[in-house]
This record gives sequence, structure tokens and C-alpha cells, in this order.
Amino acid sequence: MIREPLIFEISDKGKRAFRLPKLDVPFSKDLLAGYRVREEVEDFPQVSEVEVVRHFTRLSQTNYAVDIGFYPLGSCTMKYNPKVNDRAASLEGFLAAHPQAPAELVQGCLEVLKLTEEFLCEIAGLDAFTLQPAAGAQGELSGMMLIRARLAERGNPRRTVLIPDSAHGTNPSSAHICGYQVQVINSDANGRIDLADLERAMTDEVAALMVTNPNTLGVFETDIKKIAGLVHSRGGFLYMDGANLNALTGISRPGDMDVDVIHINLHKTFSTPHGGGGPGSGPVGVKKELEPYLPCPVVKRKNGGFVLEHNRPKSIGRVHGFHGNFLVAVKALAYILSLGPEGLREMAEVAVLNSNYIRKSLEGHYHLKYQAPTLHECVFSDKLQKEQGVTNIDIAKRLIDYGLHPPTMSFPLIVPGALMIEPTETETRRDLDLFIQAMTAIAREAAEDPQLLKDAPHTSYVRRLNETAAARSPVLKWTRSMKPPQGG
Amino acid sequence: MSYISLSDKDKKEMLERIGVSSMEDLFRSVPEPAKLNRKLNLPPALSEPELLALMGDIAGRNTYGGFLSFLGAGAYRHIIPVTVDHLSSRGEFVTPYTPYQPEISQGTLQVIFEFQTLICQLAGMDIANASLYDGASASAEAVLMANRLNNRTKVLLPRSLHPHYRRTIQTYTRNLGLELQEVGFDGSGRLNPADLEAKLDDRTAAVVCQSPNYFGVVEDLKAVADLAHRRQALAVAVVAEALSLGILEAPGRLGADIVTGEAQSFGLPLGFGGPYLGFMACAQDFLRQFPGRIAGLTSDLEGRPGFVLTISTREQHIRREKATSNICTNQAWCALRATIFMETLGHDGLREMACQNIQKAHYAREQLTALPGVKARFSGRSFNEFVLQLPKRWPDVDATLRKRNILAGVGLEAHYPELKDCVLVNVTEVLRRQDIDRLAGALREVLR
Repeated sequence: MIREPLIFEISDKGKRAFRLPKLDVPFSKDLLAGYRVREEVEDFPQVSEVEVVRHFTRLSQTNYAVDIGFYPLGSCTMKYNPKVNDRAASLEGFLAAHPQAPAELVQGCLEVLKLTEEFLCEIAGLDAFTLQPAAGAQGELSGMMLIRARLAERGNPRRTVLIPDSAHGTNPSSAHICGYQVQVINSDANGRIDLADLERAMTDEVAALMVTNPNTLGVFETDIKKIAGLVHSRGGFLYMDGANLNALTGISRPGDMDVDVIHINLHKTFSTPHGGGGPGSGPVGVKKELEPYLPCPVVKRKNGGFVLEHNRPKSIGRVHGFHGNFLVAVKALAYILSLGPEGLREMAEVAVLNSNYIRKSLEGHYHLKYQAPTLHECVFSDKLQKEQGVTNIDIAKRLIDYGLHPPTMSFPLIVPGALMIEPTETETRRDLDLFIQAMTAIAREAAEDPQLLKDAPHTSYVRRLNETAAARSPVLKWTRSMKPPQGG
Repeated sequence: MSYISLSDKDKKEMLERIGVSSMEDLFRSVPEPAKLNRKLNLPPALSEPELLALMGDIAGRNTYGGFLSFLGAGAYRHIIPVTVDHLSSRGEFVTPYTPYQPEISQGTLQVIFEFQTLICQLAGMDIANASLYDGASASAEAVLMANRLNNRTKVLLPRSLHPHYRRTIQTYTRNLGLELQEVGFDGSGRLNPADLEAKLDDRTAAVVCQSPNYFGVVEDLKAVADLAHRRQALAVAVVAEALSLGILEAPGRLGADIVTGEAQSFGLPLGFGGPYLGFMACAQDFLRQFPGRIAGLTSDLEGRPGFVLTISTREQHIRREKATSNICTNQAWCALRATIFMETLGHDGLREMACQNIQKAHYAREQLTALPGVKARFSGRSFNEFVLQLPKRWPDVDATLRKRNILAGVGLEAHYPELKDCVLVNVTEVLRRQDIDRLAGALREVLR
């Protein structure tokens, strides 16, 4: 395939892809003289409309996507994104609504926010939700700030946040920005939180335990209520990272596990498209005690309509300029409404079925460090293939040749060479079987012809890319003289 | 509607392969006390037509669309070329994850690389990231970055910075021992230089300056940056109306060290405030402290060029609590739309659109300040927004205009008690002369 040039390489003076209507007010000639005006935006592109359309169409064709095939990226919940949700979010009434419009004129938007909050309360078993956080990590940060604000009011914000060693990297990072020291809690032989370790660490200076349940291994924290009791007994809060909620909808609710705060990723569990890295949405749910601290403004029902409550003296403030990623919430609401209570439960059941089907089929071919039962995802490793010098990266790149997206590899840190597989509930039996066949074939290839994997992918638009060179000699924007970094 | 692709036969065979007899058996690791054991109390499932009808009803309860609106204040209505909706709705752009596997994500990565380049060109800076959530949180990230760069703890925030941005910065910094001090504005609407000079000291990490500011007034960024630099503080330029960069001098060329803000104006609908598009650009030297994803150029096994996410040792998935930011998911699809927007408008289109905003806002300001008793509150030059001082109570004027289906602007008193009966009026290229004249005519009658 021919490499698609950068737009700057096909730009030429005077080409245009768009014309504005003529100015219909009197032109004030000397107006610009009073400003510090730029003569030009140097090298800003000038192309025709045909060029724009072909450029982006061709670029799109070099992407893999859920609309194309199986995308078992663990902890990312890459399920099918229903098209009707996108349609709902493109209704003109939503698109055109100004975020500073008087509440009486945007009752529909406020209804969307309120209904979504109420449905999430029921699904998570909590008392109140905010939709302001724009993604999971911002939800974590907001959630930790709620805890800190509550503890500060009790008299001591405390110093430490406990985080299991299996956690996603955003957890420690969010706790840190909230002003806390992070203390790591070890996992036990089953990949669950080591209760003895937790008991030792849980002091009166611990603000919260951040737990992911099921955790990043896909393992349910069976002792979750005991864990909650331990944390609560010392006056701490139990924070749950809801990234893996897809395993539990309609089956088990975080509130019933005695979780105090949760964030949910609408772009995972609730199917809103991930757009190549966002926008997401990270609603935060809380028990009653923490409700006064939620970001403001808050949507309230009043006289059959909806109002925005700004006067919230205990609120942590704002984390977003307006109401969060509103159009993402529209899609999530549409999803909940189309699935209904039975559909949400079936979603979790089939996600867990698909994951266990893959786990069972790949056992023996790949090493499984933890034997505990898993729910929506399973984490294999490259331990067996390492003997041939083949790593999880090589396995991932070879999967690309089979037309499939590789699993997650960057965590959990407790499984070296991880292959974290999350199929989600929407996959077809055929795609699951294709993946299983590809993975078993690759295990064979690793033994017979490891170099085939080391050189993979062989069939993609570009061959394996040199990430080391990119980081060593950063080229982060186009310039006329730029050259791709080379070498090992 | 269900989106499950398995048949009953599939399910049965798969359960057999796993070696369990029922779906319930798959959840044996969930202890009974943690189980719900009842149906969720939610409305029954809807079919596609039912769902669209319901959502249509809800959207229809927004009556805002029937109004002639001059609302701006950080969210702007601009022309969106048809190419933006068409190309950005391709499934290959809508449904991939973050490009962790670059060999099958070159489309997303090249778009990010082009976006970074365009932002650098507009901001006049060396490097830009792949996007942040929105202008408010991006401003907060810029403040945190300044603190990491020089280890100073005091930050000067202008009173003319968007109130929601100020509130967001307060939220982000409140647990980190940073001290925020407010700098006032003068009669021009610009940051008060004497106040700034008095508050600047050797503890000052950064001076934040929004331009055009919340009142729409274009700041003297050069003077602010020079003052900041005299005390070795960093100058953070916030741009909430990115279109202004099409005509106004690049903040980087006026001395800004970090340029950040909101690029919703580039191809994103108002959408009740989100998803929008935070951006950030800075000098090359700050790379190691820069937050967010960055795409970079590299080569493949055969020496051909390609793109990857890079400098990731700054990021949470590697550095954990020592990361430069906790951000993971950003606004990639919004950045795609902005990139299509910018490349479709191109050099001349962007400049012309920006110029039309200045001309139309100027025309509106002339028409409105010609009305008896109506004054421009500030003397400073504006881009596409300006503040009017009304001779009558704003809530009354607003209520009467609303009866005529006109929203004249955002009242400022809620956030600025000193700006009683002042209203922030926004005029972009989408408003026609007759719209502006209609507002002027209605206001004349209301004030009579």
C-alpha cells in the first residue's frame, strides 16, 4: 500500500476546500489595525475538498476497529457500539443546546442527565451520581476528592491510600494528585487482595482502599464485604474502580458490597464508542454520606421538571467547564433503555461465558499464573513461549497477521509478559473460535519458528514500528526537514 | 434490543466446553451476600423505533433551538463543514480504542500527529499533546505542570479568567498546597498590570492569562509574559475561543511558555457542553513534564515512516503515582473532528472566519451601544464577544427579550457582583446582519 502523505505534504498556496458566505455587515477597514494580528499561520494547510475527503478516508482504512472485528483488549471492554445510540446523540435538540442556556430551555438535556444518574444508582446500588467527570481517570480523581473532603470535615484528611499491586496505573496517579501517598497492597496466591497485608496496612491514617472488582485478573474479590468492614472499622472509605463493571450488571451491585464510591466508564460497560482514545465519560457514584461533596452544579427534580442546583457549600467544586461529556451520556442512556433489566444481566452473563470459553480453550497453550475462577477477562502470559525467546509483544504482533486485535499487555504488573483477554458479550462464536485458533497456531509457531513472530506483523500497512527510536529522538510535529528516527 | 451474537446452541456448547451446567455456575466466585438476586428496577427494554421516539421526545423538550441566541462564554456556535460530520462518522475512526497497537492504528496516529502540528502552528509553540478533556481541566493541568517545572507554589489567576475554569483550577489544586491569588481587571477589561506587578514575587510559579478573556477582551499577552518572566514565573496563556488564533498573534510569539485552552470552536457542536476538546502546547524543554498522550514519528522494520504513541515514561501506566498526569482516555475523536475542520477551512478559510467574527461582533457592538443608555462596559478591543452595561435591570431585560425568543447573552452578575446589569454578548459568523438588527430593535423597545 502507498503511504498516505501528511496533509502538509500535499498543501499548496491558493487551494481551498471551503468557502464562507460573504460578510453581510459593513466592512470596517481599519478595525484590524488595533490588534496584534498575525500575517499568516505559517505552513497551515491549503488543500481541496477532494484531497480532504480522500486523505481521511484512506487514513481510516489503516485503522483496526470494533466495527471491523474482534478486539479483546483486556480491561477496555471493547464491545460493539450500537449505531442507534449515535443517532440518538445526533438529535438536533441535543447538538444545538448551549451549556449556559437557562434551565427552562434545556429541560431535555437535564432529563438525560437525571435519568442516567438514577439508572446508574439502581445498577450500582448507590445513592447519587455525578456525570461531570470526562473519563475514568477524572472520575477516580473526583471520587478521591470527595473522600478527602469528607475526611477533612471529620477533622483529618489522612495521609495514605492503599492500592492493590494488580491495579490499573491511573489509581495511584489519581490518588497522588489528590494529595495522598500511595501504599501498595500485595495479592495472595489466588490474585486476590492479601487480607493479612491489608490488615497490617489499614491504620487511622489510611483515607481509602482503591479496589477494582472484579480485579484486573478478572477475579472477583470474594472477601469484598470483609475488606469493606476492615476499611470502615478504621474510619476509611472503600473506593471501587468500576472499569470492570461489565462483569456484574444485574448480578451484583457495588453498593451491596459496601463500596462507598465508584466510578464507571460509560465508554466501557455502557458501549459508548471509544473514538480512538476518547471521548469517554467517568460518572462517579456515592453513598449518601458523600453526596453533599459532589461536583456542582447538581441536577434536581422540581415540580415535574428539572433545575440546576449551584449553591452546594460542601461541593468539591468543578472538574469540567460544563456538564461533562453530555453527548456520551445520551448514548449510554439510550443503551440502558434498549437493553432493559434482562438485557443488562444477559450482557454480564455472556461476557463471562465468552471469557471462560476462551480461557478453557487456551489453557495448556499459554501459561495461566493464577488458577482462581475468572469472570469477564482472563490473563495468560508468555512464560511458556519465553523459552523460545518469544515475548507477549511478539505474540501480539503475530495476531495482527491473523486479522485480529491483540490483548492488553501493559498490566497487571503482577503477571510478567501479560496477555489480558476480554472478549465482551457481543462477539460471535465464529470470532471467538478464530481467535482461539489463531492463538493456538501462534503457540505452535513460537515453538517451531520463533523468528516468524519476532518479525511480525508481516501483512499490515506498516511493519513493526520502532518505539525506542521514537522516544529517543522525538519528532512530534511535521516540519519540512523532518526525518523518521531509525535504529535500535 | 440485545446485542448478543450467540445462539442458544452456542451457549449450550460453550457451557459444556467450560464444564459447567448453567450461567449461574459462572458466577460461583461471587458470594451470596454480594448478589442482587432480583431484577434491576429499570424500564423494560425498548426496540429501536421506540427508543428513537422516546429520545426524540426528550430532545424535543429542549426549547432552546427556537431562540435567537447570543450566548457564548466558553461555548461557541460556528459553521461546521459537511466534511467534518461525514468523515468523522466512519466506523474506522469511531470504534477503535487508544492506538496501543500502532501497526493497525496508523490512521488515528497520523491524525493525532497532524493535530499536534496544527495546534503548534496556531499556538506558536514547539510541541502539543493529543488532547485533554476540555479547556477548564486543561488549564488546571497547565497550572500543575508549571508547579512541577519550577517547584514554586503560588499561582496568579486573573479575575477575567472564565469562572468555571477558575473553579476547576481550585478543585484540582486544593489538595496540593498551591496558593491561588486573584488579579483584577481595569477599565479596559484587561488584566490590571499594577495589581499583577504587586502580586508577582519569587514564589510565583505561573501567571495565567486568558485571551480573549472571559469578557471577550484581547489581552496584552506580551506585557503579561514580560512581567512574569522578570520574576522567573511561567506565563500560561489560556485560549477559550480557539478561532481567535486564526487572526490574532500566536501566544507563543508573545512570550507564553504554555498555551492551553478549548478548541470546541473547531468542528464540535455545542452539545450542552461536551464532549469538547482541551489542548495544550509548550516549549520543547518542558517535554518531560508535559501531560497527556503524544504521537511521534518513527520508522518500521523496513525503514518506512510511521507513527506511535511516545514519551510514555511520563504516563500513569508506567510511572503510576509519579506520572505527570493521571489522564488516560482523552478526546481523540474530538481532535479528529478539529483536524478535519482545520484542514477543510485551511489557511485562508480559518483567517477569513476569524475576521468575520471580529467584523460582525464590531457591527453588533456599534449597533447596540448606539441605543440610549447602553454602554460598552470595557474599552479594550474584543474578538467576538463584548460586555454591555444596560440602563435597566438585566433580569427584567432578559425576561422581556426571552418573550420575543431572544437570548441576548450571559448575565455577569452571578459571578461578578461588581458587574451589575452587565451582559456578555457573543456574535459569530453564523449570525446574519438581520439577526443582529433584530436584537438591536428588540432591545431598543425593551429599554424604552
